[in-house]
Amino acid sequence: MTTNRRDFLAAAVTAAGAAMTPELSHTHSHDHEHQAVPSELALRVKALESLLVEKGLVDRPALDTLIDAYEHKIGPRNGARVVARAWSDPAYKKRLLTNADAAIAELGYGGMQGEHMVVLENTPSVHNMVVCTLCSCYPWPVLGLPPVWYKSAPYRSRSVIDPRGVLREFGLDLPADVEVRVWDSTAELRYLVLPERPAATENMSEEQLAALVTRDSMVGVSKVAPPQTGASA
Amino acid sequence: MNGVHDMGGMHGMGPIQEEKNEPVFHQTWEGRVFALRRAMGAWGKWNIDVSRHEVELVSPADYLRMSYYERQFEAFLVLLAKRSFITPDEIEAGKPAPGTSVAVPALTTQKAATLIAKGVPTSRNVPATPRFKAGQRVRARNINPVGHTRLPRYARGKFGMVDRDHGVFVFPDTNAHFLGEKPQHLYSVRFAARELWGEQAPQKDSVYLDMWDDYLDPA
Repeated sequence: MTTNRRDFLAAAVTAAGAAMTPELSHTHSHDHEHQAVPSELALRVKALESLLVEKGLVDRPALDTLIDAYEHKIGPRNGARVVARAWSDPAYKKRLLTNADAAIAELGYGGMQGEHMVVLENTPSVHNMVVCTLCSCYPWPVLGLPPVWYKSAPYRSRSVIDPRGVLREFGLDLPADVEVRVWDSTAELRYLVLPERPAATENMSEEQLAALVTRDSMVGVSKVAPPQTGASA
Repeated sequence: MNGVHDMGGMHGMGPIQEEKNEPVFHQTWEGRVFALRRAMGAWGKWNIDVSRHEVELVSPADYLRMSYYERQFEAFLVLLAKRSFITPDEIEAGKPAPGTSVAVPALTTQKAATLIAKGVPTSRNVPATPRFKAGQRVRARNINPVGHTRLPRYARGKFGMVDRDHGVFVFPDTNAHFLGEKPQHLYSVRFAARELWGEQAPQKDSVYLDMWDDYLDPA
């Protein structure tokens, strides 16, 4: 089985490279820095896409829809709005902590990789943080696709055995009397941390509050910093 | 399977490397892999547990060496062949085998939008009697299946406490092998950090794992 797999992949590597023509590398239309020499991997992916399109198995506009959604529409600003609403509206916060799916849907968010949401409240005495040790489960509708560090071996291996050491690397040194709870996303439940509302935000609007909330604070690897002194608030 | 993907508690993986202003996709091909996997998933020839397990089957050295999207791509290629969507010959030729009929794509733009907005729920509205209730002391089974499981090694054989019952969900250990969904109750189970890691762990800290009925015994 392993040998078959290896042979198959080896064939795929060689063939995809051979099947590509140089001009294909110039047909892309995206706005990041142009890559003069496409990597072998880029060529193989492109070859596979062409094959699947030619076989009528995938539709290119549908692929573009998926990519556009996660590149431009779905990201941590969604989660930040959820958090800001919870900070501003105690009744909403209560709904969020008891029935996260419905409360998040109130703001128009939900869907793929957030079908079953749980929200965890951080307090002065309890700090929650989220990991997926087995793969990279992450609440897409509210945080978007995960950053590389979340999917990486260091975070996945260490979060459960040394969460305080991991948090220190993110610049958060928790006092010994704070209880740390690590949530390993081993099933299809997706976890969002409701961070503590920072000091000196009493007069801020929901929109201003949302602008303070960071992705990392909603994964539970940092806190939300108070507004910068002198910033408009 | 006791694979390298099951890395909770391992040492030696190095420091966390956070990238400032990280893009969603670092290269165009990463986004294409992301989208292709969903578009082909829409054919219903595998499920999330099957595709996860395929990534686990990437050889350990490759798994650790490859980037996330590279692993996903390699596993995807294997899955496409296993489910007879493409053949090694087609990959080699870079085009469909002669005489292949052209299909109608399963995922249209409209269906892609629905997939994004609705997802693929894995809760099941079927009667199942919970074996445990919140507050109950349990012990994670010491199982070592060669196939897919979502019970990490670091929790096997350990004692914990049921925190809450999430309801009935598809069971990945069977679903990943096309052996049925076997819907059953799923719980958050709290394990004291000291139970998992010994006396050097802080006394109040804990790790919560989501665990199905089949992962647990009363304790």
